[in-house]
Amino acid sequence: MLDINTKKLMKNAYRITKHRGITALRVRVLGGGLDAGYLDVIKAIAERFGNGKVHITTRQGFEIPGIPMEKIPGVNRLLAPVIQGLEVEMGVGIADVNGGYPAAGTRNVSACIGNSVCPFANFNTTELAGKIEKLIYPNDFHVKIAVTGCPNDCIKAHMQDIGVIGLVLPVYDPGRCMGCGACVKNCRKVASGALEMVNYKVRRDHRRCLGCGECVLKCPTSAWTRGDQYYRLVIMGRTGKKNPRLARTFLEWVNEGAVLKVIGNMYGYIEKYIDRSLPKEHVGYIVDRTGLPVFSQEVLQGIELGSLGRAAGFIPFGGYTY
Amino acid sequence: MAYWLDMDSFNGILKELSADNVVYAPVKMTGKGAFSGTDLVAYREISGVEQIEFKEKSRFSPKEIVFPITQTLLYFTEEEYAVPGTGEKGIIVFCRPCDVNAFKRLDEIFLRNGGRVDSYYRELREKVRFFVIECAESFDSCFCVSMGTNRADGYDVFIRAAGGGFLCDVRGDLATLFEKFGGPAEMSLRFIEENKTKVSIPESVDQSVFGHGIWREYASRCIACGRCTVSCPTCSCFTMQDIFYEDNPNRGERRRVWASCMIDGFTAMAGGHGFREDHGDRMRFKLMHKISDFRKRFGYNMCVGCGRCDDVCPEYISFARAINRVDALMKEAVENV
Repeated sequence: MLDINTKKLMKNAYRITKHRGITALRVRVLGGGLDAGYLDVIKAIAERFGNGKVHITTRQGFEIPGIPMEKIPGVNRLLAPVIQGLEVEMGVGIADVNGGYPAAGTRNVSACIGNSVCPFANFNTTELAGKIEKLIYPNDFHVKIAVTGCPNDCIKAHMQDIGVIGLVLPVYDPGRCMGCGACVKNCRKVASGALEMVNYKVRRDHRRCLGCGECVLKCPTSAWTRGDQYYRLVIMGRTGKKNPRLARTFLEWVNEGAVLKVIGNMYGYIEKYIDRSLPKEHVGYIVDRTGLPVFSQEVLQGIELGSLGRAAGFIPFGGYTY
Repeated sequence: MAYWLDMDSFNGILKELSADNVVYAPVKMTGKGAFSGTDLVAYREISGVEQIEFKEKSRFSPKEIVFPITQTLLYFTEEEYAVPGTGEKGIIVFCRPCDVNAFKRLDEIFLRNGGRVDSYYRELREKVRFFVIECAESFDSCFCVSMGTNRADGYDVFIRAAGGGFLCDVRGDLATLFEKFGGPAEMSLRFIEENKTKVSIPESVDQSVFGHGIWREYASRCIACGRCTVSCPTCSCFTMQDIFYEDNPNRGERRRVWASCMIDGFTAMAGGHGFREDHGDRMRFKLMHKISDFRKRFGYNMCVGCGRCDDVCPEYISFARAINRVDALMKEAVENV
C-alpha cells in the first residue's frame, strides 16, 4: 500500500514521474562545480537505488531517475555528504543533512566556469553562486538564478529570472598606449564599438561600453588594465508556454553588495505579491502583474547604486505569446 | 666592497638616494594582469625595497625607463617650439643581468648607429645606474647562457636577496652610503651558468631560409599582436606622431611612440602597400634582426635570451625554438652544398 504525500516528496527535490511509484532525485551542484569525489555518491545512488542512469540537467545538476519512492529515506542518507559539502559547508542553513534537500522551488544557482579557468571571465562565478545560494536557499519560491563571468553569457543568464553578468571597468593609461589599435578594432568586431582613436590614443565611450574587458585582454602593452569589478543584472527571462522571452537589463555597473541585496529583496517582493490561489507562481509572471515600478520599489530598497550604477526605469520585455 | 643590510637599512639607503634619484624596480601589481585574478610584474617607481618583486620575471623590460612608450619630444605653437626637460634627478634601475646587457644593445641603436646620437635617449640614459638583482635560478624560458648575457658588468650595486636581508656588492661612490647603513660582508658574485632552454645561433643566416615552410607555419600561427616586441628589452623601433590639441589645433606636440615590426602598419606606404603583410615574413624579419642583422653591424647578437617573448606569446610560439629551427636549416644547407 503506497501512500505518498506528493507535496512533501517534491519539496524534498524528488519528482512525480510517469512511472507509478518511481521517482527521480535532483541533486544541486552549486555553480556547476564539484570535487570529483562527489561523483562516487551520485554513482552509488544511481546504481543502488536508481536504474543506473544519471541525467545532467540544464541547471547543472544531476537527476537520478528510476528510484522506488519507498527508497527515498535510504537515498537521502547516502546523499548526506553531497548536501554537507556542496551546501552546508558553503554556509547554507540545512539542519538535517540526512533528510535530503529541504526545498526545491528555488533552483540550483548555475554558473559558467568563471575566472578559475576562462580567460574572458571577469570574476570568480562559483564564489558568487555560493554567496547567492547561502542567501536564498532553502526556499520554496520558484526562482531561477545564474551567474556568468562576462557579457558572452555562456551560462545563458538571459534565460533566468535573475542573471548576473560580471563586468570590469577598463582603466586606460595613455602613456603606455602605442596606438596599435588592437583594442579599437576588437571592440568594434566583437563588442560594441565603444572605443575610437583620437590623436593616436584611445577614447572610451562609457555609455557604449559593455564592461567585457576585451580591450584589456587585447592590449599588448598593458595600457588597458583591470579596474573595479562590477555587475550587470538582467531580469525576468524565461522559457515556458506563456510568453517566452530573454531577460533584459535591470541594473548595470553595480557592485556585489547591490546584486546580493536585490536578490534578497526580491524574495520579500514575491512574499508580498504572489498569487496564492495558484499551486506556484513564477516570479516573472508576478512582475507582469504588478508592473516594473512596484518590483523596482521593493527590490531597490536600501540599494546603493554607486557613482556608475544605473537602474532601468522601464523595460519593454517583449518576447512572444502563443 | 660587500655589505649586508637588513630591510630597514636598505630602505634607509633608498630614502637617501631618493633625494637625488628616481628609483625604478620590478613591482608586482595585484589584479593588474590581463586575465582577472592575475597580477602584473612591470617596472614602476618605488620608495621601499619591500615593493620590489625579486622572485618573478617582469612581463615588461626596464627599457621603458629610458625609452618611454610615449615620449613628448617637443611642444609647438605656430611660432615656436619647446623641448621638455627630463628633470634633475638621476635614475636607479633594479634589474637582472640580461636586462643590463639589453641596455648595451639599446645604446648601440640609439647612440652608435649610423653616426648619429639620439639626444632624447642619451639624456635619460646618462642618468641611469644599475642595481643588479642576482638571479638565484633560471626561469624555464630563459636562455641567457646561450646568448652570453648571463653575466652583468657596469653596475653600481649587485644584490642578493637572502635571509630577510640583502647582500650587496657595491662599486664606486655608493660605497660610502652602504658603509653608513650596512655591515661589512663577504660576497662572491653568482651568475646563472645553465638554462633549461638552450639555443644554438647559426654562424650566418642567408636568404636560402627565406623560402622555407617554417615561415608559412608561423604565418598560420602568429596573430601579429606585437606582445613579443613590446616585452622585448632590445626592441627599439618607434614611430612619430604629431598631435594637434583638440581644443586648439594651432598648438600641439610631437611624440615618439613605440612601434613594432610585428604589428600592422609597420611597413605601410603610400598607396596601401606594405613590405611584410605576411605574419611569417614579420617573424622572419624580427628573428633575423635579433640573431644576425644586428650582429653584422655591431659584432654581437641583439637578443639577450630573457625569454619574455616566449612567456607572453598568446599563440605559444617559442622564439627560442624558432632560432634553433633556423640554425638546423642553415646546418642542413651547409651539408647539402
